[in-house]
Amino acid sequence: MAVLGPLSRIARIGSTFCRNRPLILTKSSQIRGIVSCIDPSHGLTDEQKEFQKVAFDFAANEMAPHMAEWDQKEIFPVETMRKAAQLGFGGIYVQPDVGGSGLSRLDTSIIFEALSTGCVSTTAYISIHNMCAWMIDTFGNNEQREKFCPDLCSMEKFASYCLTEPGSGSDAASLLTSAQKKGDHYILNGSKAFISGGGDTDVYVVMCRTGVKGPKGISCLVVEKGTPGLSFGKKEKKVGWNSQPTRAVIFEDCAVPVTNRLGEEGQGFNIAMKGLNGGRINIASCSLGAAHASVSLARDHMLVRKQFGEALANNQYLQFKLAEMATKLVTSRLLVREAAKALQENHPDAVSLCSMAKLFVTDECFNICNQALQMHGGYGYLKDYAVQQFVRDIRVHQILEGTNEVMRMIISRNLLAES
Amino acid sequence: MSGRVLVGVKRVIDYAVKIRVKPDNSGVVTDGVKHSMNPFCEIAVEEAVKLKEKKLIKEVVAVSCGPQQAQETIRTALAMGADRGIHVEVTGKDYDTLGPLQVSKILAALAKKEEAQLVILGKQAIDDDCNQTGQMTAALLDWPQGTFASEVALENDKVKVVREIDGGLETIKISTPAVLTADLRLNTPRYATLPNIMKAKKKKIANVKPADLGVELTSRMLGKYRGVTGKRKERATQQSRVEEWTILPNIHRTIL
Repeated sequence: MAVLGPLSRIARIGSTFCRNRPLILTKSSQIRGIVSCIDPSHGLTDEQKEFQKVAFDFAANEMAPHMAEWDQKEIFPVETMRKAAQLGFGGIYVQPDVGGSGLSRLDTSIIFEALSTGCVSTTAYISIHNMCAWMIDTFGNNEQREKFCPDLCSMEKFASYCLTEPGSGSDAASLLTSAQKKGDHYILNGSKAFISGGGDTDVYVVMCRTGVKGPKGISCLVVEKGTPGLSFGKKEKKVGWNSQPTRAVIFEDCAVPVTNRLGEEGQGFNIAMKGLNGGRINIASCSLGAAHASVSLARDHMLVRKQFGEALANNQYLQFKLAEMATKLVTSRLLVREAAKALQENHPDAVSLCSMAKLFVTDECFNICNQALQMHGGYGYLKDYAVQQFVRDIRVHQILEGTNEVMRMIISRNLLAES
Repeated sequence: MSGRVLVGVKRVIDYAVKIRVKPDNSGVVTDGVKHSMNPFCEIAVEEAVKLKEKKLIKEVVAVSCGPQQAQETIRTALAMGADRGIHVEVTGKDYDTLGPLQVSKILAALAKKEEAQLVILGKQAIDDDCNQTGQMTAALLDWPQGTFASEVALENDKVKVVREIDGGLETIKISTPAVLTADLRLNTPRYATLPNIMKAKKKKIANVKPADLGVELTSRMLGKYRGVTGKRKERATQQSRVEEWTILPNIHRTIL
């Protein structure tokens, strides 16, 4: 959707009102024309702009009008997500031969950033679903790909990713869910915590221990809902991300066919980490979308709200704050897109770049949204205004997909490694 | 019948953009402003694609007149399901004075060249609100016209069109070839899907010059002054910021 630059509106107002007090802004915007500096389509190819336009239109028409209701009533918007899947958003970076769209990581980032302006929580779930579909597509054999991917790409079936346990969050490699091989089945015992979509989704990509302690003993199994021994905990009550249910996933002597194992025994942790690289870019992209929407909301509010006899937009402190928010937004966007390109090209430092992107962007975008809420004054705290939902929804991005502290661990390890 | 439908699509300033008048009052600022396909043209493309999906017609050709950027609009039409595009290159001063009369001459020439069974256009463009191109094209071709269509049904070589008119709804049956213009309630345009956007890259857009079609582009209108007129300017300084946005500039044209 069109994003009108902040300067143009201020310029129009300036030219009619400020005859005796000419705003410097008026002149400069006339020289530069009406170009918004935070336009997310800067630097994109024509095709990417088309993808972005579809995603923005979908977000504005199908998601934004329902964002508040989905949050308040904790609705998992299955129909809307299936509509998104029809446009190709169910398996954006999954191979086309199993129903995916076969696009690049950068294309994916652009799409999630745009969708996120409509509803962060739903877009974040769609990104998790995409990650699971990609894992099966990349590490599964042909039978597994053909069995699971087409339904996931069309969102006929939904997926969840199960790595975290009550006892192992940041220390993911210490996970305890065991998978004992018995004939042609693995018997799973253990539980997973904080699983997005848990209980409402159909396909669970589960990291479990088939071997020794540590990362090398972890394998990846695909468990289908309805398998005996698979049950779920209560639905968690969260501060945000309310359009997706979060539950514990419990395995009690749950028998999963060996044919459901992705890759080799012991390859699970490797699969998990590769999946998380993309997941981190996706989560950062979701934060970007929320920040972009929040900057637009703050700007609109500043032009309308009057105090001390003039609009907030005439207040220099707020002008400067808005400028800082916009600058941080653009820098964040550049970092995410660079990391996406690096991941696509298998750059040797892709892991660190993805971690840097996730660390920087989730922190900065939260600050942007928080500042936007502040600029709304008391209204920012009311649930009638969208800005508070953006703040609540992206707060968790600093925690999941690897806490920002773990991101620092990854980056410092790369810097301090002895060749 | 060839089973070919020509759809005209126009690149206009996006409907959500708040327009600004140029400082010298010669027109509206278009540089750097977000442009997209005219919403009524989207409805026209959607109707053509629907007819193709119902297998009532065989090919949808999207046409746009303008500079290089018009190709973006054609690509959007291709992503929605059009089969190929024709870009009629009009640049510079010719583009500034391009109006319904010139466009309809171009479309008439193309309709004859492509042996189109139907020409579907949007009822009007949201930048000039002329509502003339469809009617003029039909007149130049001496074809029947079904304008303000809110329902279109193809029956053999006739078209049943339900038109939205001042008095209500009018149903007419016209024979093909014909010109139709799409009104708001004709359909809801689809989103382009990611696979279709990628397929659109491979679809062909032919480049044509108006001279190749034997069309002469001289305008018979002289645009004189576009701006906020005296009385309105006064009012503007007294009104509040919010209300100021809703004042549209007055456009004056002298027709020779």
